[in-house]
Formats: sequence, C-alpha cells, structure tokens
Amino acid sequence: MSALRKNAGILCVLVAVCAAAAIFGDNFLTGYNLTNLTQRSALFGILALGAGLVIATGGIDLSIGSVVCLAGIATPWLLVERGWSPWTAVPTVLAGCAGIGLAHGLLVTRLRLQPFLVTLCGLLLYRGIARWMTGDQSQGFQGEFGALRDVALARFDVPGLAGYRLPATVIPLAMLAVAMAFALHRTVWGRWLLATGRNEAAARYSGVPTARLVTLAYVACSTLAGFGGMLFIFDIGSAQPSDFGNFYELYAIAAAVLGGCSLRGGEVSVTGILLGAATLQVLRTAIILVGLSSQLEFAVIGAVLLVGVAADELVRRWAERRRNRAARGG
Amino acid sequence: MHAGPHVVLRARGLGKRYGGVAALAGVDLELRAGEVHAIVGENGAGKSTLLRILGGVHAPDAGTLELAEGADGPVPVELGGVRAALGAGIALVHQELNLAENLDVAGAIFLGREPARLGVMDRARMRREAAEWMRLVGLDASPDAECGALPIAQRQLVEVARALACQARVLVLDEPTSSLSERETVRLLGILRDLRATGVAIAFVSHHLDEVIDVADRVTVLRDGRTVAHAARGTFDRPALERWMVGRDVARRGARRTREDAPVRLRAHGVRGAHRGGHAVTLEVRAGEVVGIAGLVGAGRTELLEAIAGVAHRGGTVELDGEPLRGDTVRRVRRGVCLVPEDRARNGLLPADAVSTNVSLAWVGRGGARIDRAGERGMVTRVIDRLRVRPADPARRVHSLSGGNQQKTVLGRWTAIEPRVLLLDEPTRGVDVGARAEIHDEVRRLADAGTAVLFASSELEEVLLLADRVVVMHEGRIAGELTAGEATEESIMHLATGGTHAGSRGATA
Repeated sequence: MSALRKNAGILCVLVAVCAAAAIFGDNFLTGYNLTNLTQRSALFGILALGAGLVIATGGIDLSIGSVVCLAGIATPWLLVERGWSPWTAVPTVLAGCAGIGLAHGLLVTRLRLQPFLVTLCGLLLYRGIARWMTGDQSQGFQGEFGALRDVALARFDVPGLAGYRLPATVIPLAMLAVAMAFALHRTVWGRWLLATGRNEAAARYSGVPTARLVTLAYVACSTLAGFGGMLFIFDIGSAQPSDFGNFYELYAIAAAVLGGCSLRGGEVSVTGILLGAATLQVLRTAIILVGLSSQLEFAVIGAVLLVGVAADELVRRWAERRRNRAARGG
Repeated sequence: MHAGPHVVLRARGLGKRYGGVAALAGVDLELRAGEVHAIVGENGAGKSTLLRILGGVHAPDAGTLELAEGADGPVPVELGGVRAALGAGIALVHQELNLAENLDVAGAIFLGREPARLGVMDRARMRREAAEWMRLVGLDASPDAECGALPIAQRQLVEVARALACQARVLVLDEPTSSLSERETVRLLGILRDLRATGVAIAFVSHHLDEVIDVADRVTVLRDGRTVAHAARGTFDRPALERWMVGRDVARRGARRTREDAPVRLRAHGVRGAHRGGHAVTLEVRAGEVVGIAGLVGAGRTELLEAIAGVAHRGGTVELDGEPLRGDTVRRVRRGVCLVPEDRARNGLLPADAVSTNVSLAWVGRGGARIDRAGERGMVTRVIDRLRVRPADPARRVHSLSGGNQQKTVLGRWTAIEPRVLLLDEPTRGVDVGARAEIHDEVRRLADAGTAVLFASSELEEVLLLADRVVVMHEGRIAGELTAGEATEESIMHLATGGTHAGSRGATA
C-alpha cells in the first residue's frame, strides 16, 4: 500500500505518457513496438538499479555510460580480436567493472573525494581507454557467438498477447530487482545503507560500517553497468567506442530520480526506479511516434529531470516547514 | 552629568526569548569609557545572547539600550543589524574569527572601507594607516602578511585593530583567550589594559576567572539570563565570583553507592582526542558506576568521549574489561562501547526516519543478515515503554518529536543492545524537566545492570544529580576528581575555572 502510494506519481506519469503516445502517435500499441520498449526499459532498468544504489548513499555515478562502453566494447574485442572463450571473457569483464567500482568507492570513502568528481574523471577515463584499446574501431561479434547473444536476444511468446514477445533481458532484470528490494528492505546491510544515506555521521556514530557500505554501492553500480553494457552489445551486435553508451548515465540517474530516489540519499524504491526507466524509454519513443523531431529528445528528458529535481526540493522544503511548525507547536 | 567616568553604553532590563525559552530575562550592563569590563557566567547564563544583541545580530524583546552621543549622556538606540551596530561604534570580536583569510593584514583592517583615490585603492595609505593601528594593538607583523598565515593570537589582534580602525567606542570580545596559549593570553590581556588609554570601553567574556581578576576594572555576572551582580575592582574575588555564578540551591540526591568493589570496566590511559591542547587523559570507570565529567565549554570533554568511542582517537590506550579496545566506532560499538553524541541532530538521529528505525539501528547488527522484523517490533515497543517515548508510536518520524523524546530515541538505540560502556555527551541538552528525569532514570537503570557510564555535562546541577564521582576538566586536562560527597557547585566551578587541586580537596574554596 505504501509502496503504491510512494510510486503513484511516477506511475501516473508513465500511464499518461503511454496514453498520449497511443492516442497521438501511430503504431505505439503494436506488439513490435511494445517488445522493443520492454527490451530497452529492461536494459536501462539494470543501469538505473545500480545508479539508485549509489544515489541512496547520497553519491552519484557519472561514469555509468563509459563503463557500459568499456564493458560492451571489451567483450567482443576479447572474444573476436583476442580469441578468448566466453567463459573467461565474461567474468573478466565483470570483474574489471567491479574493480572500477571498488576504485570509485575507495576514492570516495578513504580519500574523501567528491563522488561527482571521481566519477566525472571515470567518465573520461574509461571512454578514452575503450577507444585506445580498440584503435577507435567498431567492435562486433561478426555473426558468431549466437548462443551468448541469445541472453539478450531471445524472445518468449506470451499467450493471449498476439505480436508481443517478452524479451529475455526481463529475467535478469527481475532477478536483480527482487534481490535488490530484498537486500534494501529486509537485510541489515540494506537498512544500514539507507541510514548512511540519511545521515552518514549518525550511522557512523552508531557503529554502522558506512565506508564499506558506500564502497559496496559503487562496486554494485559499476558491475551492473558492465553487465548492462554486455547485454546492450549482445542486443545490437556491434558498436563504436566513440559513441556507444554516451549519456547512458544520465538516463540511469534520471530514471532513479524520477523513481523517487532523493539525490540527498537515504531514499530508494526499486519499483520506482523500474517505472522511471520505463517512463524515459516511452518518452523517447513517444517523441518520435508523435512526430516531434528526435533532436528534441535530450531537451524533453532534461526538462523532465529538472521538474523531478525541483519537485524533490519543494517537497523537502515543505516537509521542513512542517517539521519546524511541529517543533514550535510542541 | 560629567562627574565620574563617562558611561558609553547602558543596557537596562534586556530580555530575549528563543521559541519558548528565555535566554535573557533582565540584563543590566553599563560600560564606561576607558575601562575593561568582564562579563562572566556559567554556560547558558546568557552571555552569548547579550553579545549578539550588542553586536546588532539580534534585537532584544524587552529592555532598552542606550549609547552616549558625543560628550552627552547616553540616549536610547535601536541597532537594526550588524552594520548599524558598527555604525554606532560597537565592534564585536567573535570567538570564531571571521577574517577573510586570503586578505593581507592591511586589507583586512580596512575591509569595506578601503581608502581610495578616484576609485583606485590607495595601497600606500592603507599600509601606512594599518601599520599605525597595528602598533597600537601591539601586532608585530607586516601589513602585507596574509591573514590565513598568521597564528590565531595575531589574527585576533587584526580583528581588534580592525575594530579600532572603525572608530569603535565599544569593543566587545567573546572569549578572546579561549584559543590562546598562556603567553599569548598574558600579552593580549596586557594589550587590552593598555587600550584603556584610548578611551574605548572594552568588554570581554571569559571563562577564566583568573584573567577576570587580573584585568577587569569591573565585572558583570550573569546567571540564568539575569544580571546577578555588578562589582568594581577590589570588591570581588574568586570565591565571590564563583558564588555569584552558581548561587542557587540544587536538589541533591540521597546517599550514593561507591563502587570500589566492582571491577574496572573502562580504563582510558593517556588518551588524546581532537582537543587542540592535545593533553593525555587517564581515567577509570567501574562496572555500574556513573562518572560525570564537568568543565566549561572547550575544556575537552567532548573530545575525550569521542576518543573513547572511537570517533576521533589520537593516541593513548583504552581498555574494556582489561582487553585493549581498538578501531573505529564499528568495532567499538560491536564490543558494547556506545556514545550518545552532543549534537543529536547531526550525529545521532535519522530525523526523516521512524522511531523504530532509529531505535533498532545498532540492534539489527546483533542478529543475522536478515532482519528479524517481529523481534524488531517487540524490542522497539519495549524500549518505547521503558523510556516513555511520547507519542508511543514506533512509526512516528523522529523529527516530529520533542527534543526530549528525540534524545530518548538516541538513548534507546543503546538501551536496545545493553551496552557495556555508555558514554553520554550533554545527555539532557534542550530537554524539558520531565524527560530529563526519565533519561536520568534510564541511565541509572543501565548502570545498575552493570553498564559503566561516563557522561559530560555543562550543567552542574545535572552532574551533581547523576554522578557517583565527578571528574573536572580544564583546558584538555583533568583538573581534579571529586567524590559525590565532595562535589558541590563551588568545588566543581573552582576546578573548572583553573583553580588549584589542593583547594578543592578541602571541599569548598
């Protein structure tokens, strides 16, 4: 009940955007379009879950898009150019991404650098490494590794929904979402992660290992970005190191913020993040279906994010005023 | 009119309320030209509020403020802000210096009033005039030196020079010696004494009665927001000041147990905290004992507690039941060493979260990875009952509770895990009388169950009510120790203001 109320806002937005796209655009309610939308929402949803974890600690990860690029480029590069087997390539790439997250976390917690700066440097660094590593050449699977790519490409028929085919990426997304929701709300680590985001000092004074939890959030975020990057490249087959994953961190952060994660930390809703990710993808599609110029895409997303952040701020002030009034009254 | 010393500033019946709390309730003050005037009082007596009113930061709710106009007698004024106060000739030197650290000395002295010719700063004139003011205050530095690079004592003199350069007639200093070494203190007091010749009225707040006795021509004593005494040099001494500052009867508890047979639970040996003095402190607390740390603000109580709790530990050893205690708060809380911090909003509470989340924050770490939600609910209900948190609603957001109930929530977090050592920093600050008694009861109950309790309090009354034994700190050191029988407001205040230990042992000075 309270989860529904908390996500009611973003749910209304999603329904409204869908309705507008269905009414004013052609082909929105086709099985093909909806299948595509599900696929894209699932992929960005995985990135957004990671972003949500970092945001819950009061941090930010701007390097998600570049990690997507590095992982997505490195996977076919290792398999095709280097001839590695998938059994070594995939774990290596994921471990590398976890290492990136570990570096972010340690820089933030031990050196006390600002998350914004650390991950901004990461954004530049990993993109540069991906381009240098591949000689800035497009990387692809060249028609091979079909079984591996099926992780992202497989589709399942859904009885009763003609033309709609459920993408396989929904399975890892669902597993990750359930695991994250359970970890956040049912385990000590989740409770402490949220407490750290709410008030780091109070958590630390209470014996909460705040540094370890924050580091863990960055590790999870980068690992999910790496996993997402693999699924993206499985999906599209080949990509350019110079533009693959560009701005994906912003879609991820925007999805988390729209889904009710406060950039102040301490607040996160897994359901909200998934709804936020879906909303952004529907928006992108709707812009095209409704006949607006696709050049407006960033402007629309920017405006939506701005409204989200402004709402966050206004709600906070309103709550503070109410708190002050309550304090004066009592 | 002109007979006797010239009165520059006169305050009558000043009152000021913050929310429901009266910070000032009738303060009279008279500052005369060419005098050094000390304002003394316990923590919370209203000194800071008085200074803020004089500096134009706050307007008083009641009473009048009069300032001399030229050679005439004082006429009523209203200070509508900091600039207005400065314009009227009142300069306030804050305890935390607020110099622009990147400016040079000359620039800082003339900040906002830079001499200029055709809009271009006249650097030569600035430097020349700055040098004169610097000589007047005995500041031995180059006018080009960067303020940030000067030691604190010299930065303070820059502020004094700046105040004089503003043509101040009243110079007010808030605890000017609190961050100075002994030699720097002697020097500054000498300079204040010399400045009398300029005809400026100098007022300063101090916790060091020796300084007050040393330099003050007259003293105003505040207690509980009121002026309780005015005295001129020669009519006050240390015992008189202590009596005026404290001067009220305190409800004393009955006989207190000594715990000499109980095992030593907490032993701090040569512990250094983040206190700027960095003195090593050694003390012991036995199981079931409640030890109070008294002392004035800045005496190093918070730093000592935080060092033991593992928040900011800068050396020395801490032992728990004879075993060394190391590491950060994570490891120390796991071993049952818990701190109720001084600033509960900043370091204690998750204000936007429910009471239950706040209370169970440490408790959940004692179980498995998965939170036992039924167990959590039961525990939170028991803690709420035991501490009488009102309203008794586990889902209530903490920020909507009163200060007393917020503090009970922080204490309840430790009640929930039955600590072996409980450290409390100002356990009842901003807490009403009823909640205060309930918090004291809970601390007692925990001690009776074997917890070693060490608490710091600025309120002598609280120290006397709660402590089995009192440790008095002064400037980062332990100035002395008093048993419950020996401890009186006078004997504590004597040690806390730098009195010698010998005097305190014979009960009162």
